Amino acid sequence: MASADFTARAAGPPGSGAGLRYRRTRRSAGEQVIKVLLGAAALLSVVTTTGIVVSLLSETIAFFGEVGFAEFFLGTDWNPLRQGDQQSFGVLPLIWSTVYLTLIGLVIAIPLGIASAIYLAEYASPRVRRIIKPTLEVLAGIPTIVLGYFALTYVTPIVLRDLLGIEVRIFNGLSAGIVLGILVLPTIASVAEDALSSVPQSLREGAYGLGATQRQVVLRVVFPAALSGIVAALVLGASRAIGETVVILIAAGADPNLTFDLGVSHQTMAAFIAQTARGDISQGGTEFQTIFAVGTTLFVITLLVNAIAIRLVRRFRQVYD
Amino acid sequence: MAVTAGHREATRRAVEPASSSQRLKESAFKATMLLSTLVGLLFLTVLLVDVGRDGLPLVGADFITSFPSRISPETSGVRSALQGTLLLIVVTAAFIVPVGIATAIYLEEYADTERWWNRIIELNIQNLAAVPSIVYGILGLAWIVRGPLSLGRVLLAGALTLGLLVLPVVIVVAREAIRAVPSSIRDGSLALGATQWQTIWKQVLPGALPGIATGVILALSRAIGETAPLILVGAVAFYRFDSDGLLSSFSALPIQILEAVTDSDPAFRDLAAAAIIVLLVILLLMNSVAIFLRNRYEQKW
Repeated sequence: MASADFTARAAGPPGSGAGLRYRRTRRSAGEQVIKVLLGAAALLSVVTTTGIVVSLLSETIAFFGEVGFAEFFLGTDWNPLRQGDQQSFGVLPLIWSTVYLTLIGLVIAIPLGIASAIYLAEYASPRVRRIIKPTLEVLAGIPTIVLGYFALTYVTPIVLRDLLGIEVRIFNGLSAGIVLGILVLPTIASVAEDALSSVPQSLREGAYGLGATQRQVVLRVVFPAALSGIVAALVLGASRAIGETVVILIAAGADPNLTFDLGVSHQTMAAFIAQTARGDISQGGTEFQTIFAVGTTLFVITLLVNAIAIRLVRRFRQVYD
Repeated sequence: MAVTAGHREATRRAVEPASSSQRLKESAFKATMLLSTLVGLLFLTVLLVDVGRDGLPLVGADFITSFPSRISPETSGVRSALQGTLLLIVVTAAFIVPVGIATAIYLEEYADTERWWNRIIELNIQNLAAVPSIVYGILGLAWIVRGPLSLGRVLLAGALTLGLLVLPVVIVVAREAIRAVPSSIRDGSLALGATQWQTIWKQVLPGALPGIATGVILALSRAIGETAPLILVGAVAFYRFDSDGLLSSFSALPIQILEAVTDSDPAFRDLAAAAIIVLLVILLLMNSVAIFLRNRYEQKW
């Protein structure tokens, strides 16, 4: 589209013969070279994706030469780094903990995030907004390693054990889940706020005109109208939580457990990959290939979640643009 | 759609709930929304206070200039990790600035979005932005440390991996900045006989530069906070040598923090907090520069 605009402008009225000849002489070899170079830079993103897919798949295929599909996806014991009979490759505990801790995070982030979005979009005065919005951006910019440190050294011992009196191990799923929630809170708040703010003012005025109070307007008019955008915000938040590594690595420990119990260690897919890469394992062995098999599983899950998010965002844009 | 805050405020004031029970419900709802908003802010405050209390007593000139030590946490510093992180910023920037801007220019000024290959590139960048950072680490391990590039566990491998990770951020922000330059500027330049590239280089890019610079800094601050990819690429914790160029082993602050916080000796926890303060100060400086650039040079068209 952009290039069509350019040629049309450079060439005068579209379709005129003189314009076409003019355009040809204007396009020197140098201009063409530049266009090719820029296009090559853009192609790097495609190369990156290809690199990810090829590197994941090649080792994953080798992995499934050694380990059966059913054992991997249906097995409930995950001990890939042990030897002999103790070795087992059931990935379900990793998938379970990934989904479970993400849900715990969302349980915290969804009400807080949506309430923040409602407050910022519908209630806050411009001056309050100018303070709260940048602060949420700062929270979003805190590196996750810092959140992991906080989960292990503050949330678990002080908030969970001392303040709330919950019996948890030092490495537990609960503090990891709570901090995951705080991690995705700014994402959810900011995308949901955009969705609420893009609801046309005429809808609000119509509702006020019928005698609705502000709370009724927010809950029964603005919120439903922004719903698809809000759902997109939640899906985006979920996708961030699913792929998060260090918070879980630090706070939840390194024992895969297929359990509802949040007081014990949990290991997610991303945390397993990082934990395994920290140790010394030889290249080419099945242990090494598990990194890639788990990586492929994680990659496919985030792609699916992201595809849903893109579709939802697109739908909510179409309604109000 | 531009609804001013004042406009909304006026609408709001016009409608006052009638009964007192309704008025109570209104204020309770508003208070709940406000309190929920404050939870995030409270969390941030407690986090900063906690890290500051644990780490600040350790931060000093010695801490910055000493090598880390696995044996004595009291004399351990962040020299190699800080060097690694600063070098990573420079090298990653040298990679993402030209590639990110070139991609943004191509997509905004040249690409015909009706063509399927350009649509694939756009969709692809959208998807790359959502790929977990640990997966970029796997790419770095398989294609940069080993495989086609086979650089080994060196700083350049770390910088390239982080660069690929944050490229989508640079591209998205740079595209927005380029799109914000009004087409009348392009028309004027083309009408005076400039070629398309001359127009982009002399008119569009200078106008978009503040926005692009902000995007690059945001991307870099995301890159240096990343831990997971560096684990896979093989950054070294407790690295006791000065940095020796792009093709030598390296450390970085997040890796140093991770090792210190997961050490079985709790004495290393405060060391992690001190290193976190150093990392946060770097991030603060970078963001201040971004804010300064945005306020000082941003153009209103």
